[in-house]
Amino acid sequence: MRKAFYEKMADIAAANRDVYFLTANLGYKFFDEIRQNSPEQFLDVGVAEQNMIGLAAGMALCGKSVYCYSIIPFLTLRACEQVRVDVCYHNLPVKLVGMGAGFTYGQEGFTHFGIEDMAVMRAMPNMTIVVPDTIENAVRVAELSENFKGPLYIRLGRAGVHGVGNKATLKSIGKASMIREGKDCLLIAIGNMVSVAQQVSESLAVYGISTRVLNMHTLKPLDGMALLESVKTHKFIFTLEEHSIQGGLGSAVAEVLAEAGYRGKFQRLGIPEKLDQVIGDADYLWEHYGLSAGKVTRRLLKIIGKV
Amino acid sequence: MRNNDRLAAQVRQTILDMICRTNGPHIGPCYSCVDLLVGLYFGGMNVSPSKSESPNRDRFVFSKGHASPALYAVLHRRGFLTDKDVSGFATNGGTFQQHPDRNVGKGIEVSTGSLGHGLPVGAGMAYALKKDKSRARVFVMISDGELDEGSTWEAILFAGHHKLNNLVLIVDYNRMHALGPSKKTLDLDPLAGKFRAFNWAAKVIDGHSFKAINKTLATLPFHKNMPSVIVAETLKGKGVSFMENDLRWHYCCPDEKERAWACREIKAGVKP
Repeated sequence: MRKAFYEKMADIAAANRDVYFLTANLGYKFFDEIRQNSPEQFLDVGVAEQNMIGLAAGMALCGKSVYCYSIIPFLTLRACEQVRVDVCYHNLPVKLVGMGAGFTYGQEGFTHFGIEDMAVMRAMPNMTIVVPDTIENAVRVAELSENFKGPLYIRLGRAGVHGVGNKATLKSIGKASMIREGKDCLLIAIGNMVSVAQQVSESLAVYGISTRVLNMHTLKPLDGMALLESVKTHKFIFTLEEHSIQGGLGSAVAEVLAEAGYRGKFQRLGIPEKLDQVIGDADYLWEHYGLSAGKVTRRLLKIIGKV
Repeated sequence: MRNNDRLAAQVRQTILDMICRTNGPHIGPCYSCVDLLVGLYFGGMNVSPSKSESPNRDRFVFSKGHASPALYAVLHRRGFLTDKDVSGFATNGGTFQQHPDRNVGKGIEVSTGSLGHGLPVGAGMAYALKKDKSRARVFVMISDGELDEGSTWEAILFAGHHKLNNLVLIVDYNRMHALGPSKKTLDLDPLAGKFRAFNWAAKVIDGHSFKAINKTLATLPFHKNMPSVIVAETLKGKGVSFMENDLRWHYCCPDEKERAWACREIKAGVKP
């Protein structure tokens, strides 16, 4: 996903001299094309995330469109206050490209997990958050980001596979994509979990449960209209995210549903706030924390009352 | 030089008025950088209210945002701000808060207030301006306390490495942190030597001597392949004897008696 994203960015860089790519010394091989074709627009600032965000803000104040890359916690948490003051308060066209959504860096351990970033970035003024789920949608986000006006956080992870003929389903930032229609329950997923949601919906169908699946690729601003459509029609609404259960997609959806007076059953599925002492790759950790398609299906069946 | 003294006295008076009117803090760190600001805005930098959007203007980043009354007073004296703007300082529904806000405009290039942000942003500006082959320079003023911040040193390392000769850092070295002398909090000496070790060209000057300030600003950049730093030896509270080098004036606002005394000293400081 990251490779495809940066290949697309290389095209954009070649066509627009005011686009710059900063990295805090991470992304081995992924910038090769940009470095080769547009070396003047690439800058490895060293292992200095706070400086990277400050630099990006300064460059944007001088008319540049700047992308900043790092692993999610280093980008969004280490440099959090620079994001808040230098980028968001000035409402600058700085794009934060974070790699490693959720447990993507499974075996690297806790320091590398991206599990609080959406909550923190969601609180930032002027920030837009978009989370592509497939390679095709990541490329689409790359295209859409070039002329995006304000701060943008692009959260990358592992690419899922879905859709027909591998076409981009993400049409525009801010508008959720319905990827499956269904009348009983609404399953809202983001990023790495969209592919899981699709598998879950197929399993639920075997039990006679018809599921609408919504790819809520834009966490902020949240597509409230897409949710309100289901408030009166769906008895069950679930959110699924590879992020802490606090402050991410589930929280954002809960806010909308609570204010809309939703009377059905609502449940958030995500990563618990307190992690266990468990070691494994992303698939292993999904299984452990109940985010695999099988575990999610069983949990939803229980809530719905089918098992 | 005499003109500079007069301007500095006017600026100090405006600051005193703003702070007394709002019962605000930070008069000490305002007064330590007044002379430097006057030097920068009256000759040192290529800035003017009529060219506030010009791409060729020099950029000024006032990183020690807590001393905003000093910046506002100088911008006022230089014609960026009106009397009405200044009277809207730190009042409900007014113009300016206690820390500079770019969104207000009026010559304020960057919003600051959280320490350690100004130099990275300034370095980014300098980097972009160099890419555009602009002749504009970027001036960043920091407090000595900001040299405790890791982000400042990240930017110092970056600017030296990238030979940002269009970047000028001015350290308001008043040697007084927010809770006591810098020497006792985190000793920064030898400061100029630290910058030189990071591939900067450094000059140490008396930050209250207009002769030194103007001469130094006229010789920028100090080295054709290095960023320049002016380590300006200053006094917190400079210009009012009872405020000088007294930590109390990082926080306190003068009462009526102290205000009158300060006014007299500011006036007396200007030779006829």
